[in-house]
Amino acid sequence: MNPFTDSVLLALQLIAHADAELLRVVGLSLRVSIVACAIGGVIGVLLGTWLAATRVVFRPVAVWVVNTLLALPSVVVGLIVYLLLSRTGPLGSLGILFTPKAMIIAQSLLVIPLFAALSRRLLLDGLTEGGDQLRSMGASPLQSALLMLVHERLGLLTITLTAFGRAISEVGSVMVVGGNIEGFTRVMTTAIALETSKGDLPLALALGIVLLGVVGFVNVLIGWIHGRTASAREAFA
Amino acid sequence: MLNPAAIPLISLARATVQFDDVTALDHVDLTLNKGERLMLVGANGSGKTTLLRLLHGLVPCKGERTMFPLAPRGRQPVTAMLFQRPFLLSLTARWNVLPALWLHGVRNKAERERRCHEALRRVGLDHLANRPARSLSGGQQQRLALARAWAVEPDVLLLDEPTANLDPNAKREVEALVEEIARAGVTIVISTHNLGQAKRLGTRVAYLEAGRIVVDLPAGRFFEERLPREAELFLKGELPWT
Amino acid sequence: MDLIDRTRRFAASVLSAALLSTPVAWAQEKTIVMASTTSTEQSGLFAHLLPAFKQATGIDVHVVAVGTGQALDIARRGDADVVFVHDTAAEEKFVAQGFSVKRVPVMYNDFILLGPATDPAHTKGNDIAAALKKLAAGNDSFISRGDRSGTHAAELRLWKQAGVDIERQKPAGYKECGCGMGPALNIASSTDAYVLSDRGTWLSFKNRGGLVILVEGDKSLFNQYGVMVVNPAKHPHVKSALAQQFADWVVSPAGQAAIASYKIGGEQLFFPNAPR
Repeated sequence: MNPFTDSVLLALQLIAHADAELLRVVGLSLRVSIVACAIGGVIGVLLGTWLAATRVVFRPVAVWVVNTLLALPSVVVGLIVYLLLSRTGPLGSLGILFTPKAMIIAQSLLVIPLFAALSRRLLLDGLTEGGDQLRSMGASPLQSALLMLVHERLGLLTITLTAFGRAISEVGSVMVVGGNIEGFTRVMTTAIALETSKGDLPLALALGIVLLGVVGFVNVLIGWIHGRTASAREAFA
Repeated sequence: MLNPAAIPLISLARATVQFDDVTALDHVDLTLNKGERLMLVGANGSGKTTLLRLLHGLVPCKGERTMFPLAPRGRQPVTAMLFQRPFLLSLTARWNVLPALWLHGVRNKAERERRCHEALRRVGLDHLANRPARSLSGGQQQRLALARAWAVEPDVLLLDEPTANLDPNAKREVEALVEEIARAGVTIVISTHNLGQAKRLGTRVAYLEAGRIVVDLPAGRFFEERLPREAELFLKGELPWT
Repeated sequence: MDLIDRTRRFAASVLSAALLSTPVAWAQEKTIVMASTTSTEQSGLFAHLLPAFKQATGIDVHVVAVGTGQALDIARRGDADVVFVHDTAAEEKFVAQGFSVKRVPVMYNDFILLGPATDPAHTKGNDIAAALKKLAAGNDSFISRGDRSGTHAAELRLWKQAGVDIERQKPAGYKECGCGMGPALNIASSTDAYVLSDRGTWLSFKNRGGLVILVEGDKSLFNQYGVMVVNPAKHPHVKSALAQQFADWVVSPAGQAAIASYKIGGEQLFFPNAPR
């Protein structure tokens, strides 16, 4: 049998068996990426809103910086955070290197440019359509941008899903700042990397399929929640 | 020409508005008086929209724009504006009016709710207050925009081709509401392509061409007297649209 | 403002869920960070050894497994409490630099030369120096880890002992991958190349292809492991007391027995040799 079918079967077996180690690894992946998207999302969207609303002279530079940071390799983010959190680094006294907290920080930094650039684009498009009328109602540029955030909340949801995908699938930063410690900082992607380096390719692929399955399940949940709130609003008539 | 009982609200003197190399308004003189229903007519690009935006204070101009404080307490006139295609937030009807009130400075929650409800009731949308605004019909959406503008209790209501996109029924509804608003004492300025509408609603008509006010007469006289050639042609509908 | 209230309550519940799910690991838990090597972790030794240590002392050991060079760097920066690697020269330098007070030998395993079953370079036997000389003279591919790891350092030592100056004259088929043991074995197995590996990684390696053991048992293939506690004089925050407990336990009869009892497929991987 070829490694692909092997892996699919193995993935199904892993999910069905649901052993403690796998659940722990999946749980940590979800926890780290969800919290990172929450933190990075708030910071990133505020930054994107500011970029959409502000008129400061250096705004084009700021936009360029954010767009360039979109291509920041995850391992580079990991190295930067590692050097910051290392005992010999400026934040060493926090003692959070090689813990999930460090992984959350690294992934938050990773998704901030994504949230900022995409929300800025979303708001600018929205403001092109309605910015004028919001201004005529007396809204300042910042107020218009914030109103537009509420208006474009569906777009924000899509941006969040994109960022979550980026976060949960990255391996570079969590490997460097987490150390892939078994039972403590091992997540799905570092587990996949480990099995690959051990030569157990079917298992690595199987874990990859499980990862996709988990993300797929999260998307189903979100779709369900969204459907519920939409129909609830219709019911108000 | 000057009515000694007229109370001026906004006046423009030699007002010129330029966007890059385009002169949208060219040395416009205009005084808007309380209680007037000024209709702006003219071809597309003649400056009607820019004039409305200038009256609302949305664009800067060379020349003078003066707002006259109102008796008795000397506050500045409040202007509100309606657009051809109203921009509504993807929220309920209620939640489109409430932000407008908040932006206007109504910080008391109870008062916001009261004025919102009152505005929706006056335009006949209170039973749809919790409907998504974007699911309303074209006419209902424009009435919601009216509610939004009316809620802040403006002294001057500026409307930019408010019924251009509406079917005849909706048009009638909106016009009826505008008349009601005017009866309540609000000064109205409407730009329109619809000369019938200008005749029905206006007390004063101004004809614009290439950024200038070419004719500015009380409605009665505008539709009866001999006008400059271009204005005549326009009335007869023979001028091209652009 | 029902919408705003609802938003606030939703945000609050998301945040509290996230925070509550974060285990608050304050100082009650006894943990130390140990920098070690990928080959050691991948051999499965720690999964066998550390639970026994925890049972004996209640201390959790968090293993960060990287290459030897990186492991020592992590320790130099004070990001680990104890180091457990297999590069005696580098370890002695670490002590000389003052980052540890003492290096204690713990156990050894051995390296093996792997290659295609057809063995085109005729390396088979138990003389590694002879085998390497033959490889240097020919065109057959040899995969080097090239990653400053203990295995890489051992490989370079063996070339030197065989009289081959790797720096100056790389053999025709010499390829450096800058990678860990597993990936290096993967490359070797898919390209029919020769590769030097530790026995532990090989025994658990599943993607063997046509690779077989060609040279083993030579004394020079000895791979000595040492444990070092990071010097608190250099890094005062280091949990030196707990780390010392590990260093003491792993050379104690209990620890040494635990090491000896670790087997893959009935074969013992590591041979305890701490001084009594």
